[in-house]
Amino acid sequence: MSAVLHLPKAVEESILQSGGASRRSFLKGSGALVITLSVATLPGNGALAAEPAAAGPYPDPDFLQLDTWIVIHPDNTATFYVGKTDGGQGTGTAYRQMMCDELDIAYDSTRLIMGCTDITPDQGGSGGSDGVERDGWAMRRVSAEARRVLLELGGQHLGVPVEMLAVSNATITSKSGASKKVTYAELIGGKRFNVAVTGRNVDNIAVKAPVKPVGELRVVGQPMKRYDIPGKVDGSLKWAVDMKLPGMVHARNVRPPLAGATLQRIDESSVADVPGFLRVISRGNYVAVICQREEQAIRAARQLKVDWTPPASAPFPASAELFKYMRSAAATVTSEPQVQGDPATALAGAAQVIEAEYEVPFQGHTAIGPAHALADPSDGQMTIYSNDMKAYGLRNGVARFLDMPREKVRVVYMDGPQVYGRTAADDAGFEAAFLAHEMGRPVRMQWMRDEETAWDTKGPPYVFKLRGGLDSQGKLVALEYDACAADHNHLGYNEPDTVLIAQLMGRRPARPSRGSAEAPSVMYAIPHRRTTTRIVGLPMIWETPLRTGNLRDPNGPQVTFAFESFIDEMAAAAKADPVQFRLDMLSAASEDAVFRKARSLAVVTAAAKAFKWDARPSPRPRTAARGNLLTGRGIAYTYRGSTIAATIAEVQVNRETGHVWVKRLACAHDCGLAINPEGLRHTVECGMLHALSRALYEEVQFDGGKVTSVDWASSPTLRHADTPQAIDIVLVNGDPNPARADLAPYGAGETSHKPVIAAVANAIYDATGVRLRRPPFRSDRVLAALRAAKV
Amino acid sequence: MSIVKLNVNGAAHEVDVDPSTPLLYVLRNDLDLHGPRFGCGLGQCSVCTVIIDGVAVRSCITPVSAVRGQVTTLEGLAKDGKLHPLQQAWIDEQAAQCGYCQNGQIMTAKALLDRNPNPSDAEIRTAMDGALCRCMTYYRVQAAIKRVVRGTTAAGAAK
Repeated sequence: MSAVLHLPKAVEESILQSGGASRRSFLKGSGALVITLSVATLPGNGALAAEPAAAGPYPDPDFLQLDTWIVIHPDNTATFYVGKTDGGQGTGTAYRQMMCDELDIAYDSTRLIMGCTDITPDQGGSGGSDGVERDGWAMRRVSAEARRVLLELGGQHLGVPVEMLAVSNATITSKSGASKKVTYAELIGGKRFNVAVTGRNVDNIAVKAPVKPVGELRVVGQPMKRYDIPGKVDGSLKWAVDMKLPGMVHARNVRPPLAGATLQRIDESSVADVPGFLRVISRGNYVAVICQREEQAIRAARQLKVDWTPPASAPFPASAELFKYMRSAAATVTSEPQVQGDPATALAGAAQVIEAEYEVPFQGHTAIGPAHALADPSDGQMTIYSNDMKAYGLRNGVARFLDMPREKVRVVYMDGPQVYGRTAADDAGFEAAFLAHEMGRPVRMQWMRDEETAWDTKGPPYVFKLRGGLDSQGKLVALEYDACAADHNHLGYNEPDTVLIAQLMGRRPARPSRGSAEAPSVMYAIPHRRTTTRIVGLPMIWETPLRTGNLRDPNGPQVTFAFESFIDEMAAAAKADPVQFRLDMLSAASEDAVFRKARSLAVVTAAAKAFKWDARPSPRPRTAARGNLLTGRGIAYTYRGSTIAATIAEVQVNRETGHVWVKRLACAHDCGLAINPEGLRHTVECGMLHALSRALYEEVQFDGGKVTSVDWASSPTLRHADTPQAIDIVLVNGDPNPARADLAPYGAGETSHKPVIAAVANAIYDATGVRLRRPPFRSDRVLAALRAAKV
Repeated sequence: MSIVKLNVNGAAHEVDVDPSTPLLYVLRNDLDLHGPRFGCGLGQCSVCTVIIDGVAVRSCITPVSAVRGQVTTLEGLAKDGKLHPLQQAWIDEQAAQCGYCQNGQIMTAKALLDRNPNPSDAEIRTAMDGALCRCMTYYRVQAAIKRVVRGTTAAGAAK
């Protein structure tokens, strides 16, 4: 076994330069010089191994101290520390860009450390696409404040009033003569700022310095290449999954074969012949095996003989019966109806009334890399090396789970497979910590593929019923929207009584969480509306593989699919062009504080232009000489928070096979100020394709006792062959005053994900005249619908 | 356990493991080569791909004792401190999101270009189809491969 520590280079540098034990003593230090090393002289991993798992305690870095956020090194470079994580959208690069601009330092002279709970301020990790939108403000403010303090120091040093100073690339010069200059490093390199800021929480930090107006930003707006990609393509970056420690052993879980099964007996002799076998650890219905080597743990988990008692009644209906079950299930929560105008009267007087129901199945996170973590219990502390997007929550949750003081627990964030909400309930992190605590030595937990696909957290399924009324001019005057989600007991964030290991051990909160069923996010003017939502639960709400959790925009794709499909149905009934039908409703809307009306109009218009939309009603008129490949186009529009997106899909439907190929995608996207337009485009693109996978393939299937989608054959995903031929992304700034000095950046991780299922359904309708009201649009289902409609 | 001999990235190794151990775990845990990663253990996703004598192989289902020939991992692509044109193209195209699967994308692409330096778009799609990505970087991965085919990476490296 290797006895070498592996840390991400950035974390390693941080620990060596000013981090780890020395980073913590730096933060509470007296302003003395700290030992720093330039990047070029960093020792290798071996030197770090000599300074193992820096002993705690691990107090919270004080977010009110500049030193917590920014260190200026003697070589005139800087390290930024932020309480965020990057799930692969390049947000780390964006954070650096924002901080460089405010500090006035070259991008290449900086580093960024994220999400290590003992050395970075608690900004909650990631979630909700709010990193740039919300947390970026704290980063910008402290950077601006650091610049202000440095200018003051520079003025004193040079004997020049601050207003006579200029600063560029971490060097301060006198406007009256460039010979008078001093670098940031000469002023403070390796030393503490010892400057406090104010604010009641990390999101409301107040500083004396103003942040720069948009027009003065130089690094923001540039298509900087992501700093993490080179190490990801040459194999040098160390991920959470690569982390190793001396004395580490390997764990695998043994899950109940049926949801709700009760553990009767474990026959440990059944694994006695497995080389390297160390222990079976079990509590309640939680079972894990520990072995010296990884392949031994895999074998032991498969070989261990465990007797389980099946549950007395079915934990859930089979997936084929899910929607029928949901329609008849008693609601756990029913919202107050939201009523605007008089929808009943308006519908009664409508020239045309359309009614439709839609369904969306459970869809999983199905991360490409199953859950994993390494936990080290050395010195009575607990360190978890993890890709948890919410590293701080994992720390707090594990401390409570193990009944340890928070100060003795830390999480070191490292890169991992895309999460999109999966690690908000970081099952593997808790399991590794529990097993390490039991074993008294470092334990690496790794889930297997069937376990991840079956037992990860799921996006909630929905059934919808919509009714709409058109007046004699084809205007949508009344709309009733009813949504039902099976989201009872939606998982919380790293709670010690709701993560899977806790559920299996029988640790539970007093009551299950509420869950949510949502209304659509659109700006349409529809004079008479009624919106009702309710939540239902499955028969079994604990210890179930059908655990709902946050999956990339947790309700948006489902809700937008139903709503924007229905808007399309109304447009078709009105014999109106689907784009114009939407523009008319947007034009009639009233404006709001973030100009969502103006920006929605700009976005829908830009999408149509980029796609070269041919205005006409759907479906496409049938021609006599059509072949087997039917083409069509569909649009869907939505917003998420303050970010607006409209997506147009062009599909090619094979009449003989039912196969749908989305040949072209166009997206117009307005998230205000683009910090890194290149990274933004890629995130928008991949958000769309992830939703395309949900539109065409993804569906969790289960029988009455277990999930039967367990691998990439039974749980298919989008593949290379499905990739559109062309993807056009237009970054729109639809602000009525686009050059405003305070233009804000809004989140971009989820909005483009939201409208795609609807756009594809609308395009399939345009191509074939057949309305599909339930994703995924797998070939067999499409073919059956085409045959039924005699297309 | 028994001694198994391997040649990986030009270096000879001996490891003392159960001969049925998948190559993946020997590479990762004994040789500290982390390019290939665990994704499914079933040979379905390509995240664990290595190249053995020019052929893309799923190391998660290949017993270490069955390995004959030269194994190349992601770490073995760069030569003399210079990235392989595919790696450079990945940077130029910013092909990764999380990057977890990119070993499988790059190694599958390498095996493709080694046997067919000038694939058509359709051939790229077909050859790459088994390399799964849950961030859905497919469009950019294909663009990066086409960059190499055209010989237009930033480093100016031809194939």
